[in-house]
Amino acid sequence: MIAKRIIPCLDVKNGRVVKGVNFEGLSDVSNPVTLAEYYSDCGADELVFYDITASFEGRALFTDILTETARNVFIPLTVGGGINTIEDFDRVLKCGADKVSVNSGALRNPSLISEAAKKYGDQCVVLSVDVKRVDGVFRVFAKGGRENTGREAISWIKQCVADGAGEIVVNSIDTDGVKKGFDLEMLDAVCNAVSVPVIASGGAGSAEDFVTLFKTLPKVDAGLAASIFHFGEVNIKDLKQKLSSEGINMRI
Amino acid sequence: MIAIIDYGVGNLFSLKSSFAKISEDAVVTSDRKIIAESDRIILPGVGAFEDAARKLHESGMDEAVYEEVEKGKPLMGICLGMQMLFDKSYEYGEHKGLGLIGGSVTALKGKIDPSLKIPHIGWNALSFRERKDELFKYVDEGDFVYFVHSFHAIDCDDAVIATSEYDINVTAAVRKENVMGCQFHPEKSGKTGLAILKAFCEI
Repeated sequence: MIAKRIIPCLDVKNGRVVKGVNFEGLSDVSNPVTLAEYYSDCGADELVFYDITASFEGRALFTDILTETARNVFIPLTVGGGINTIEDFDRVLKCGADKVSVNSGALRNPSLISEAAKKYGDQCVVLSVDVKRVDGVFRVFAKGGRENTGREAISWIKQCVADGAGEIVVNSIDTDGVKKGFDLEMLDAVCNAVSVPVIASGGAGSAEDFVTLFKTLPKVDAGLAASIFHFGEVNIKDLKQKLSSEGINMRI
Repeated sequence: MIAIIDYGVGNLFSLKSSFAKISEDAVVTSDRKIIAESDRIILPGVGAFEDAARKLHESGMDEAVYEEVEKGKPLMGICLGMQMLFDKSYEYGEHKGLGLIGGSVTALKGKIDPSLKIPHIGWNALSFRERKDELFKYVDEGDFVYFVHSFHAIDCDDAVIATSEYDINVTAAVRKENVMGCQFHPEKSGKTGLAILKAFCEI
């Protein structure tokens, strides 16, 4: 059976990994290529590279880093950040990305998902969505979670899946950074609405949170996190061993 | 030298890089001369069967494949490249394959538990046949490899050398003499995938 996936997310700005990292034995912890190789060796099932660069130079640097990573890391690579056009898909796929994650780009350009899915296949298109409760309703937020679009999240996700999104990353703004566990209620609502893989993001504070996630919601396919891995609070190898010992199917 | 056949389908960057990682010389090419000089051949493929089969034919690469296989050169088809080794595919119609291995390709949909997701996407474990093929000499039963596919090979029991369980036993790898195929992506399957490519380079 398919194993549940553990996915570290690397935010890259001007060619460096953002958020402090501190691992013994790693000479340059903010080098995305070095960190990607380290995570791959630890057993990460997939990597997400998120480009948070605003400048043209930074974007070119990001593309170089992606190429270098794909030369050295042989697990699936998802790339997001600044994906607004089909040309952006082309650019990152040529550099070795396997999947491309769209967020605000899909909100601005409603045909982006369908065009990309038609050209590259559904499996290549990942919808990343930032969701927050507003008066008890799940709403889609844009601009890194700062702006309420007013859209109801579940219907937005369903529409994107109908357009060809092959996977959904659900990032709960409500639980993000709180480190008290994933947003199980929100994830359950998404899992019940779509039949494509769902990746949980936002809220992981400990290995126990991943156990709770996969045990409570067997339909969730993967757990994504950034800082707990980067700060070494949770070691991916230990995490996967723990999940496996709890009876969750993992690639060990 | 390994010739990775380029017939205008998909991104071959990772595949080429994976051979570099195991210190094997690989070129992405559609040059018949280079293919003829190569020691082994990779037939990649992503996307739709009909489109890929047409491009393979239009580029003349189908003939190149037949010629080299006839010489006994090891060939490995990957993902859709594996599916094209069979007689035919029922992916949106009925399409002729290369016919190098007996069998056909059909949808997973309707064959597996409807609560399971399609595509079969992610890491799944390999099960070998009683006699483990030399392609797997550096890997173990239960090692995980990375799959992305909605169609699968059937009626090819004689050629199956590995399966993965996804409600049913999905054909994961096949071999008939010097013709091999992996449904999964060895170039995206971490150390296990690289070990399979290494073994292929020693066949």
